Amino acid sequence: MTTTPSQLAISARGLRKAFGDQIVLDGIDLNVPEGTIFSLLGPNGAGKTTMIQILSTLIAADDGEARVAGHDLARDPDAVRAAIGVTGQFSAVDNLLTGEENLILMADLHHLGRREGRHRAAALLDRFDLVEATKKTPATYSGGMRRRLDLAMTLVGDPRIIFLDEPTAGLDPRSRHTMWQIIRDLVAGGITIFLTTQYLDEADRLADRIAVLDHGKLVAEGTADELKRRVPGGHIRLQFADTAGLESAARAFGEGSRDDDALTLQVPSDGGVRSLRALLDRLDDESIAVDGLSVHTPDLDDVFFALTGHPNTEKGSVR
Amino acid sequence: MSTLSYAVSDSATMLRRSLRHMLRYLSLTLFVIGIPVIFLLLFVYVFGGTLGAGLGGPSGGRAAYVNYVVPGILLLTVAGAVQGTAISVAMDMTEGIIARFRTMAISRAAVLTGHVLASMIQTMLSLAVVIAVALLIGFRPTASPVAWIAALGVLMMIAFALIWLSVALGLVAKSVETASNTPMFLMLLPFFGSGFVPTDSLPAGLRQFAEYQPFTLVTETLRGLLLGTPIGNSAYSAIAWCGAIALVGYLWARALFNRDPVR
Ligand SMILES: Nc1ncnc2c1ncn2[C@@H]1O[C@H](COP(=O)(O)OP(=O)(O)OP(=O)(O)O)[C@@H](O)[C@H]1O
Ligand SMILES: [Mg+2]
Repeated sequence: MTTTPSQLAISARGLRKAFGDQIVLDGIDLNVPEGTIFSLLGPNGAGKTTMIQILSTLIAADDGEARVAGHDLARDPDAVRAAIGVTGQFSAVDNLLTGEENLILMADLHHLGRREGRHRAAALLDRFDLVEATKKTPATYSGGMRRRLDLAMTLVGDPRIIFLDEPTAGLDPRSRHTMWQIIRDLVAGGITIFLTTQYLDEADRLADRIAVLDHGKLVAEGTADELKRRVPGGHIRLQFADTAGLESAARAFGEGSRDDDALTLQVPSDGGVRSLRALLDRLDDESIAVDGLSVHTPDLDDVFFALTGHPNTEKGSVR
Repeated sequence: MSTLSYAVSDSATMLRRSLRHMLRYLSLTLFVIGIPVIFLLLFVYVFGGTLGAGLGGPSGGRAAYVNYVVPGILLLTVAGAVQGTAISVAMDMTEGIIARFRTMAISRAAVLTGHVLASMIQTMLSLAVVIAVALLIGFRPTASPVAWIAALGVLMMIAFALIWLSVALGLVAKSVETASNTPMFLMLLPFFGSGFVPTDSLPAGLRQFAEYQPFTLVTETLRGLLLGTPIGNSAYSAIAWCGAIALVGYLWARALFNRDPVR
C-alpha cells in the first residue's frame, strides 16, 4: 500500500496477547485508513474483543506496537484516549443514572461545560430515538435502547475514531438496520470506524475492508467482494413435490448435493438475480415442476471453512 | 485548564455520580445510618444499667454509661459506613461503565476520589444523626467549641483513613458479598478496645492488644475532647495510625485500580 502513516487512523504491527498459556492474539498486523470502516470478523473466542481492548488502551499487549490517531498506544495512551470512543461488547452505561444523566456525565468528563453538555445530551437523545429514556434508568430499557444509549455516550466527546464491539449483537432486524444507518452516517461525517462482528453479512454491508480473525491470526483481509470470491458455498435450494421432479432436476443440474428424503437439490450459485433467472429459465425449458426455492448466500461458516479448512465450531458456545 | 484543574473537575463529576448512586440505592444508605443508632439504643437501654454500674464513677448507672459509650458508638458508625464504601466500590467495579472510564482521557484516580468524597459525606451525615440521637437520650459532653471542632477533626481523620482502606478492600474483593464481609473486622475492633468497657476490665492478653490498637487510641482522644477525660499520648498515636492506614489504603487502592482489568 502507498498510504503514509499520517493517513492511517490505526496501524498495528505484530500485536501479541496471551492469557496464561492461551495465546489469544498471535502477531496481528493491520492498517485502517482514516474515514473508513474496518471490520474484524471472527467466531466466539477468536480474540476480537481482546483486539479492541488493546487498541482502546483498556489492556496492554504483550508484544508488538500500534498507533491510534497518530499516537503510540504504549507511550501516549492519554492522547489515544482523547481521540477515540469505545462501545464495548458489554453494556457500559451507568445503571443507576437516567439516560440524560448518563449523557451529561460523559459531557462533564469531556469538560464541555454545563450548557453545552445539556444541549448535546438533548440532541443525542433526540437523534437516537431515546427521548422516552431521558428520565428513566437503563433497568427499564429494551436491549436496543440500551445499545443506542451506549453508542450515544460514546459520541458525546466527538471522537475521531470509534471502536464498536459487535454493535448489533442481540438486536432485532429493525434495530440492526437503524444501527447500520447510524454507522454509515458517522463515517459520512469523516469518522473512522473499527467494528467487530460475527456476521459476514454485516461486514459486507458496512465495511470498506474486512479482516478474518481465527485462532489469533488474521487468515484473510480484503474487501467484501475479494473475500466472497474466495468463498464457495452460495447455492439455490430447490424443493420438489415428488421423486420424479427431483430425478429430472438432478439430470439437468447434476447430482451435486441431492437429498432424497427431503426431496431437495442444491444448485451452486452466487445468489445474484441473473443466475437465478437463468436457473428458472432452465427449469421452464425442461418443464420441471418445483415446489419451492430458496437462495443461500455464503455465511460465516462458509468463509471459515474456505479460509481455515475447519468449520466455525465454537459458534454458539456459551462462555 | 491545567492537568490539576481537570483532575479536580473530574473528581467533582465522579463525586456527583457517587452521591446520585447513594440516593438511588437508598436502602444501603439508610442501613449504614440506621445500624449505629440501633447499637446506641441497645447499649444504653439494654446493657447501660449494668455496664454503667460497673464503671464505678460517682453518678454511675445508665446516665454515666451514655457518656462513656458515645465515643465508641461514633467509631462503630464510621466502621459501618466504610463497609458501605467497600460494597459500593465492589458493585461499581462490576459495572461496564468502569471500562468506559478507563478508555477515556480522564484523571485515573477520579473514580476512586469520587467514592472517597461521597463516603466522607455519608459518614459525616451518619455521625450527625448518631450525635443528635445521643444528645436526645442524655449524652452530656462538656466540650468547648474548640474541642468539638477538634473531635470532628479526629472523626474525619479516622473516617478518611478507613474509607481509603475500604476502597482497597472493595477493589480486591472478587465479589460484592466478599466486599461486604471483609471490612466486618472493623466493626468488631471498637469492642476489643475502650469503646464499650474500660480496658482494665479485660483479661491480660486482650488488654494489651486493646491498649495499643488504633480504635482505643482514637476512642480515648475523642473521649478526652468531648468529656474532658485525660488524653495522654493517645492523640499523637491516633494521628500516626490514621496517617499510616490512609497511606497504605490509598497506595493499595491505586495499585489495584491501575492493574489491567480482568473479566
Ligand atoms: N481476562 C481474560 N483472562 C483469561 N482469558 C481471557 C480473558 N479475556 C479473554 N480471554 C480468552 O481469550 C479468548 C478470546 O476472547 P475474546 O473475548 O477476545 O474473543 P471474541 O472474539 O471477542 O469472542 P466473542 O465473539 O465471544 O465476543 C477467549 O478464549 C477467552 O476465553
Ligand atoms: Mg467479544
